Amino acid sequence: MSILVIAEHDNQSLKGATLNAVTAASKIGGDIHIAVIGANVGAVTQAASAIAGVSKILSFDDASLAEQTSEAVAAQILSVAGQYSHIVAAASSMAKSVLPRVAAKLDVAQVSEIVEVVSADTFVRPIYAGNVMATVQSSDSIKVITVRTTGFDAAAAAGGSAAVEAQTVQSVSNGTSFISREVAKSDRPELATAKIVISGGRGLGSAENFKIIEALADKLGAGLGASRAAVDAGYVNNDLQVGQTGKIVAPQLYVAVGISGAIQHLAGMKDSKVIVAINKDADAPIFQVADYGIVGDLFEIVPQLTAAI
Amino acid sequence: MKILVAVKRAVDYNVSVRVKADGTDVDIANVKMSMNPFDEIAMEEAVRLKEAGIATEIVAVSAGVAQCQETLRSALALGADRAILIETTAELQPLAVAKLLAAVVKQESPSLVILGKQAIDDDANQTGQMLAGLLDLPQAPFASKLVVEGDKATVTREVDGGLETISMTLPAVVTADLRLNEPRYATLPNIMKAKKKPLDTTTPEALGVDVAPRLKTLKVAEPPVRKAGIIVPDVATLVEKLRNEAKVLG
Repeated sequence: MSILVIAEHDNQSLKGATLNAVTAASKIGGDIHIAVIGANVGAVTQAASAIAGVSKILSFDDASLAEQTSEAVAAQILSVAGQYSHIVAAASSMAKSVLPRVAAKLDVAQVSEIVEVVSADTFVRPIYAGNVMATVQSSDSIKVITVRTTGFDAAAAAGGSAAVEAQTVQSVSNGTSFISREVAKSDRPELATAKIVISGGRGLGSAENFKIIEALADKLGAGLGASRAAVDAGYVNNDLQVGQTGKIVAPQLYVAVGISGAIQHLAGMKDSKVIVAINKDADAPIFQVADYGIVGDLFEIVPQLTAAI
Repeated sequence: MKILVAVKRAVDYNVSVRVKADGTDVDIANVKMSMNPFDEIAMEEAVRLKEAGIATEIVAVSAGVAQCQETLRSALALGADRAILIETTAELQPLAVAKLLAAVVKQESPSLVILGKQAIDDDANQTGQMLAGLLDLPQAPFASKLVVEGDKATVTREVDGGLETISMTLPAVVTADLRLNEPRYATLPNIMKAKKKPLDTTTPEALGVDVAPRLKTLKVAEPPVRKAGIIVPDVATLVEKLRNEAKVLG
């Protein structure tokens, strides 16, 4: 069996989520190759080739792939898909866009957001916002899989020395063109991989008030998250949303500030190791999943917490 | 311009589902079913395009059991002009639904297909992208803004780092994310009117589509429940617990 892992990157650096996908691939068992699809991806292929347990890097490097549009990335994967028993990627917005397209073209199912590999054809994945875990078996010749990164540890980023093989790039012209990207710049750790995440909800009341949890996040070197209610209210950008349809996180410590704990938010953070909830409503559902709760005014408690650590 | 909107009948988002005692499936007998919330957003976007004079006809499509008619009537009440039910009692997985929709698209030739980005039951997040792949159409999954001008659609998409804007030549496939719009409620007069709008029924066989499932569900289970925590009286106690009991603070 050979497994193709699709690298997650921004043309400059390999994203940590790739390492979790490699671990999932290693649990399936077989030769692991990584496809790096982008423009001027030399540094990314180098980082990929150093990952422990990987035997080959397929480099699709062309200016036309700079924006990683779904159609173009799918075409590159399809050009080599026939050589693999599994195509695996971390469930990023890129992979979630591209892999179903690839699966459809191969006439196979996709297994979305697996959290466990039972065997080479059987996987566990959450359904109903994580309230149910389904064990599913694929009968397809090629298994197309996205991986929920919180379900798998990161593979070692060093120790490997996979050969890099340049691939012929398929040109694609199907009417999609890239216009712009607004990427939120932040010095904080990435939400999906941060060891500590501080999230704010509607209880914060305004964009301005988010500063008090930013101060706590900065003191702890934590990632910053938000509930859907806070994003919908315009306090923060959408890329901070934690939940069923936002980011799924499972840090060592998750601090929910002014978040009531709607099912769809819990779906995004309930696998965190330790959960702390700060809320003035003692009946808020968030307290049912919290290891430690404080009932009270977040505007008093959060600054106290920031000062105490 | 014709818009096709796919709508799924799913367990209502307020229902907390239970696993059957034998662990074979989720028990959805007698639970409230509704239109998948993301599909409501897709439907709303189509209606807004019609209200703006850009779309001329909205066709709602659903696949599944006979009761999907109710979901289609909801779509008609929201503003669809007519509806198509692909009726089957077979289990439908995303690839099969994408193939059924592709067959309908070939018959209907819409300029735009809008779907919800995922259904809140199987959380697969695949059908729109699969449909685009099968038809070799441009795709814009996870749309938070859609502007149609002439034969182009400009779509802002929610991606991991923020937002991405792309332009596509129509026909194309768009999947709706949460912030694309806020769906309206159907008014009573529109619910009454919807009862008289055309609803055609076809089948996978008539469309020539093999819907055999590719994934077999071996079992379903409820995830381990977190054990209840404690309420601490003050910040000092919290910090002490985090340091010495949970050991997550240095």
